[in-house]
Amino acid sequence: MNNRNVVIIGGGPCGIEAAKTLAKLGHTAFLIEKEPHLGGHLAKWDRLFPYGQKADEVLNKITSGLENVKWFVDTQVTSINRIDKSYNVILGNGMSILADAVLLTTGFSLFPAEKKEEYGYGIYDRVITNADLEHYFAEGNDHRIQYPKKIGFVHCVGSRDEKAGNRQCSKVCCATAVKQACEIKEKFPNSTVYCFYMDLRMFGRNYEDMYLEAQKKYGIIFVRGRVSEVSEKQDGTLLIKAEDTLSGKPLRVSLDLLVLMAGMVQNSDTAKFAQMLSLNIPEDGFFQSKNYFTAPGVSSKKGVFYAGACTGPKTLPEAIAEGKSVALTIDEYLL
Amino acid sequence: MIDFGYGLTPSSAIDLDKMDRTHFEILIRREPDVLKCMACGSCAASCTAGVYTTMNLRKGILLLSRGQEKSALEQFRSCMLCGKCQLVCPRGINTRNLILSILKTYSIQ
Repeated sequence: MNNRNVVIIGGGPCGIEAAKTLAKLGHTAFLIEKEPHLGGHLAKWDRLFPYGQKADEVLNKITSGLENVKWFVDTQVTSINRIDKSYNVILGNGMSILADAVLLTTGFSLFPAEKKEEYGYGIYDRVITNADLEHYFAEGNDHRIQYPKKIGFVHCVGSRDEKAGNRQCSKVCCATAVKQACEIKEKFPNSTVYCFYMDLRMFGRNYEDMYLEAQKKYGIIFVRGRVSEVSEKQDGTLLIKAEDTLSGKPLRVSLDLLVLMAGMVQNSDTAKFAQMLSLNIPEDGFFQSKNYFTAPGVSSKKGVFYAGACTGPKTLPEAIAEGKSVALTIDEYLL
Repeated sequence: MIDFGYGLTPSSAIDLDKMDRTHFEILIRREPDVLKCMACGSCAASCTAGVYTTMNLRKGILLLSRGQEKSALEQFRSCMLCGKCQLVCPRGINTRNLILSILKTYSIQ
């Protein structure tokens, strides 16, 4: 077996899994992460749907066995240049790697919720995001969460929204909202919890059970209607307006806490890497695989590969599986 | 014949087989955006007229697409064309032109 260099850009679960597998296959895997630690969004989450498993347990499992991977955190990619059949990858720490293949596992960014000004994130004190709530669950403190009695979740914030520039469904927010609604109800048993949704996409195994439990065990109230606007009352509580589309009537409710389910958008670095490698990006900003079914990890450039949420919203197991599978695709390419 | 006092009540079911799509097809040509609605209800939530009247654009679009013209059209008299629905629509539907097209297509004054 001939040992080749592979540079993996993005140290989230997908990139880590790919790097470990490539190392096992006998290649030299260089894993580059711009943040100070590996793990991507998973490192910022508390529990995972649909079983409520702790995120750090999963992350510990994924990050074990990295001994044979050369990984770098706090490291940016400065430039990538094609030299014959290889790519010369220059890192912010001054290092340069001659790579036989480059794998992009750059993942996604969370939609910046303050862009939907009508929901008041960053303006009203009791409006938070799904990421803020996970942080609260993990750390146990947030000055905005003070024994709320009435709590609302807004699905599809920055998803399925042409005006926000994102037409796609972010796939995981429905399940996350239902999970978080149950968790906050558990934390504040006397509270009333509402979920404002357009369509509930409970597509995975046991997701529907989680939804059923949210209704039966936790008494979460589901309202089918998109929140049109939020305003703050004099006492600091929030007034929410939506249509209760199933009864066909305008609806309003006052809340002590509103959680915005910020969706997945293309990673803010996608355009940068697309330019470095002259890759075309379609209108939605995500990388485009050569073939959705038969070559999901293959890009339009020889020796450049994709895996995970950089090609569109993915669940965590999907991203991990893609990381593992693209390693085989790369191994075959390097033969 | 003895009159037992019974009468026939017309069915209120939506019968798609008997639906007349003529007007709706004209509406689609005038404002193709009518097909983009995903029934989120943002328009109805922000509607000033909807709080006091039966005005509900989401429901109106749905009923017209199901051929229920009679129940759909009454509400549009209450619309003041303020355009708030256009501001909140996540699919960017040109609601003002849609409502004007509905009035024209179904000849409502």
